[in-house]
Amino acid sequence: MAKGDPGGTTRSRRAAPRSKKGTAGDPELVQLLTPDGERIDSVTGPDGTEYRVDFTDEEYRGLYRDLVLVRKLDAEATALQRQGELGLWASLLGQEAAQVGSGRALRTQDMAFPTYREHGVLYCRGIDPIMPLGLFRGVDQGGWDPNEFKFNMYTIVIGAQTLHATGYAMGITMDGKTGTDDGEAVIAYFGDGATSQGDVNEAFVWASVFNAPLVFFCQNNQYAISEPLERQTRVPLYQRAAGFGFPGVRVDGNDVLASYAVTRTALDNARHGQGPSLIEAYTYRMGAHTTSDDPTRYRIASEVEAWQAKDPIARVKAFLEKQQIADAAFFAEVDEQARRESVHLRERVLDMPNPEPVTMFDHVYPNGSPLLDKQRAQFSRYMESFEGSAH
Amino acid sequence: MATETLTIGKALNTGLRRALENDSKVIIMGEDVGKLGGVFRITDGLQKDFGDQRVIDTPLAESGIIGTAVGLAIRGYRPICEIQFDGFVYPAYDQIVSQVAKMHYRSGGKLSIPMVIRIPYGGGIGAVEHHSESPEAYFAHTAGLKVVTCANPQDAYVMIQQAVASDDPIVFLEPKRRYWEKGQVDLDAPLSEAYPLHSARVVRPGTDVTVLAYGPMVRTCLEAATAAAEDGRELEVIDLRSLSPLDLAAAYESVKRTGRAVVVHEAPSNIGLGAELAARITEECFYSLESPVLRVTGFDTPYPAARVEEEYLPDLDRVLDAVDRTFGW
Repeated sequence: MAKGDPGGTTRSRRAAPRSKKGTAGDPELVQLLTPDGERIDSVTGPDGTEYRVDFTDEEYRGLYRDLVLVRKLDAEATALQRQGELGLWASLLGQEAAQVGSGRALRTQDMAFPTYREHGVLYCRGIDPIMPLGLFRGVDQGGWDPNEFKFNMYTIVIGAQTLHATGYAMGITMDGKTGTDDGEAVIAYFGDGATSQGDVNEAFVWASVFNAPLVFFCQNNQYAISEPLERQTRVPLYQRAAGFGFPGVRVDGNDVLASYAVTRTALDNARHGQGPSLIEAYTYRMGAHTTSDDPTRYRIASEVEAWQAKDPIARVKAFLEKQQIADAAFFAEVDEQARRESVHLRERVLDMPNPEPVTMFDHVYPNGSPLLDKQRAQFSRYMESFEGSAH
Repeated sequence: MATETLTIGKALNTGLRRALENDSKVIIMGEDVGKLGGVFRITDGLQKDFGDQRVIDTPLAESGIIGTAVGLAIRGYRPICEIQFDGFVYPAYDQIVSQVAKMHYRSGGKLSIPMVIRIPYGGGIGAVEHHSESPEAYFAHTAGLKVVTCANPQDAYVMIQQAVASDDPIVFLEPKRRYWEKGQVDLDAPLSEAYPLHSARVVRPGTDVTVLAYGPMVRTCLEAATAAAEDGRELEVIDLRSLSPLDLAAAYESVKRTGRAVVVHEAPSNIGLGAELAARITEECFYSLESPVLRVTGFDTPYPAARVEEEYLPDLDRVLDAVDRTFGW
């Protein structure tokens, strides 16, 4: 296990004795790629699990492409909000590696339960990035069929989706879909702030006692809007898992390789019937909580700069260059693809039509409601009364 | 025809058994619903016969019960969640109001959450605090939820099955002090031909005053109607059955004949179901009314100590007092 600052190099490949003390910010973590782009072959986690990745050059380049694309699309959405085209945006800036690493670790049959910031995971599931933008533009509720995409709708109430993920995972067990290589598993995303929610703690209890095939993936981005980690916890978050009876591990969330390795192992354990686990992806929210937030009111520039040096994309680029896995033409081609896709996204956002007002009455109940039928009819008559007049 | 005399509790139990038999995706989850059969024994014997994968004793956390049931519903199950008592539902309030109720809407109609949330409600059993409340207005006020309540064994047996079969999320309120009341239940009548779930029913015809009630107050109002008849007044008693959506066609027709309406519920009056009923009846029956719509309800206090609940709860005399007052205008 790599000890010390995540920027340092590994000093041991043997399992390090677990520190029983430690603070919420204790930087022990699993790392396979240093901020300088140095590869670490393998790391042994706190429970003796060995983490390693064995990617082809093409796969390394693919991860880089994912990281650049999700950052660019995210930046485009932020720009769209600034120009008044979106009502709100929750940027993932800084968390690309945690999301791409965990998202690519999912197998086709796995189910994901996101918060409202998992745009990178959504992208890795092969889902059109336009899909959640209706919610942020305010033209719909952002909904889709979770089962069609194996990706639940965004959930804004903090932590609520962890219980949904747990129930879904219980259903997998009830369906007899664990215990084999093609078994199913679930990943539940949430943040450091969410760990204080009752729902998240209840999800831990349920998942534990029902041995649910579930990975709790906590992106500890250090802030819950303005509140630092110390306001949520006085122990490292991953250590909470022990109290609930399942393993916990902290990974360098700015390291896409380690995020992938740790998540893939946890998901495969779950699908084989070994129950839940908690991953704390130690990362940093480089931007604001949402476009409505002003982080300069509660954190200092030097802290942001220190994390800038641990950028999740720069280290992959440095690695690809050092290992001569990619050349300048490749990097230029990826940048060009990102530019094209973001322009395409922008054009489609601007083309999103406003809904007809009467559609607000649709889909309240699968079986409808006479009350809504009456209100819809009254509303329609009222709207029609304006037709032909310049109201 | 297999007609049996059952209590409301046993009728619910039998209805749940039928629901489990009819659809392998139906599951029951809650606190103590397994070996114990629930604190009111409504799930008695079901875990023994259907196994602990279908009748699931959950950890003791209400938000967890409803939240995991949402996930199971996404997975294709049809969960029936038992909340042990009315006053214990509030930890699950966020999951019910922000998640269960809105999932279909948020998904643009692509996802349904076919969940039944059973809650024993109401007072009259001499219980300690949090065991006697009437929270129906909280749920009836929430778009995306439907709310029903039964008042007799036949309805208990049929309505619980209809609720389970519905794709709408339904809060199913059970009048706990009436659990032990008996009545004839036709066990063989096909569900498809049953009286519709979200329809009110005239349970006693009358000509002088329309009395609207539901759940535990239906019996109280029927007793009041018997007493009133001895005094020469004929009350028409309507069991609303569905609190959201409300079915008021029969009520409007009735009030247009009687010109007088009294609404009765255990829940406090302020911003309660009675206010909605009074407003709608006034809108629809304004020119027929001889009197304002009157409400007989619990008071706007927290549910009081058991030794004074008889005075808190609407009873026969308070209903008759309101009936008298409708003739005072």
